Amino acid sequence: MVSRSRSLLTAVAAFLLLVVLWELAKLVLPADGVTVGGTRLLPRTGDAAMPHVWTVLERLGTPEVAGAGSRTVGAAVASGALFTLGLALGGLVIGGVSGVLLALLMARFGLLQRAALPYVVASQTVPLIAVAPLVAGWGGKIHILGWAWQPWASVMVIAAYLAFFPVAVGMLRGLTSPAKADVELFRSLAAGWWTTLLRLRLPASVPHVVPAVRLAAAAAVVGAIVAEISTGTRGGIGRLIISYAQAATGDPSQMYAAILGAAVLGLVAAAAVGLLDVGLKRYRGSVS
Amino acid sequence: MTAVELEEVDKRFGEVHALDGIDLTIADGEFVSLIGPSGCGKSTLLRIIADLEQAGGGTVLVAGKSPQRARVDQEYGIAFQAAGLLEWRTVAENVELPLQVHGMGKAQRRARAAELLELVGLADFAASRPGQLSGGMQQRVAIARALAPSPRLLLMDEPFGALDEMTRERMQAELLRLARETGAAVLFVTHSIPEAAVLSDRVVVMSPRPGRITEVIGGCRPGGAVGDIDDVRESTAFFEAITAVRESLRKAHGS
Repeated sequence: MVSRSRSLLTAVAAFLLLVVLWELAKLVLPADGVTVGGTRLLPRTGDAAMPHVWTVLERLGTPEVAGAGSRTVGAAVASGALFTLGLALGGLVIGGVSGVLLALLMARFGLLQRAALPYVVASQTVPLIAVAPLVAGWGGKIHILGWAWQPWASVMVIAAYLAFFPVAVGMLRGLTSPAKADVELFRSLAAGWWTTLLRLRLPASVPHVVPAVRLAAAAAVVGAIVAEISTGTRGGIGRLIISYAQAATGDPSQMYAAILGAAVLGLVAAAAVGLLDVGLKRYRGSVS
Repeated sequence: MTAVELEEVDKRFGEVHALDGIDLTIADGEFVSLIGPSGCGKSTLLRIIADLEQAGGGTVLVAGKSPQRARVDQEYGIAFQAAGLLEWRTVAENVELPLQVHGMGKAQRRARAAELLELVGLADFAASRPGQLSGGMQQRVAIARALAPSPRLLLMDEPFGALDEMTRERMQAELLRLARETGAAVLFVTHSIPEAAVLSDRVVVMSPRPGRITEVIGGCRPGGAVGDIDDVRESTAFFEAITAVRESLRKAHGS
């Protein structure tokens, strides 16, 4: 527990350091940036480009648009982040489960592993920008048992598509990680494939899968945000960043508030995976 | 009854003739060592008996059954050079593994594990993790695990190879005591001459390529005399056995 609270302290200190650097850059560097012979070497540091940290935080508490009845920027960012978090976690679960299943099948059938693994890797080289419109196009075209495909479902599928890869690869590596001697021990005990899976391969794969799921959680968040933007899905933080960015010349702190929200969202997703890590603590030390 | 019966056992790995015409019988409760230079097929022979490898030809009977049947019936327990304990299990849970795999109830296997840990002198470490134990202690856990289903035969492939000399001698004494107390026959692969001499009722000397049995030498405890192993280590019979094994190995090597 000591190391856990220490790592939390380090994280807070790192954040404060970032704030200090930001403010120091505004203080020391000229507001118009540094330009040599028409080439900009350092960015503008004026309030329009880099608002003060406290302005950004202040903006969270003020209404989105002037006028009565408008919600605060903070409320908008929080509701957008929650919406996106839901989609990202949904994507993580779908991608994680399919990654685990595929890894199990690949570990069970060597032929499938040789056949499918190259495609699993290739699937990640297809740019997200190319896949997103395709999946977004499912809207209105697909009906499953009377349920019409919704735009948010496209976002979830894209998040799952990104989350699936690290889980499948990490799980496969974990399942095949036990030493030959351990596998032979189970054979000498006349343990079948299921018993070996349950008592040896699954426990042994935990140290490989936990970091893979952490990667997958980050990928799902990024995937959900990018998918929201490229499919034009409303209600999430991705859409919010875009609409705030369009107003950034007049109101830069609003956009930074949304970006801050996206960063916090990533942290929450990573922390959720951290809980998984705590739950599986006894299996952690088993990787050599 | 015999623990192991081998007749004309043959094994090839492609071009390599690993084992050639192996005849060997191990009686119940007998302690037999296999010794020979690296590559003489002694580990392969042990693996054939354990059904981790198939014999190319000849007959293999373990406890009067086919090796596969014997493996399923848990007629043998096995220990390798690496203790091979599962890190995520406690010491007691590691010992329970063979019983758990075979569907023994929790309370029953807990009691059996406690009994076995008592036997190998690790009762106080039941709840420890393997990583907290020394190499010798880990190997004792591995032996307790091998003994868990009360096998008639204990197969050991250089189990003390990675231990320091002092620990090794202690473990040898311990193993002899365990073998006597459980009545299990032991097939012990080693390349230490003194180890083979001090432990065995019979030492089987093998030659490499193709792996053959060149000589079987009686141990230094004629009639299976039970005594203090440290007295045995200083006896004339022990030194005579060492000399006999060494000469036989030299002859087998063809020099």
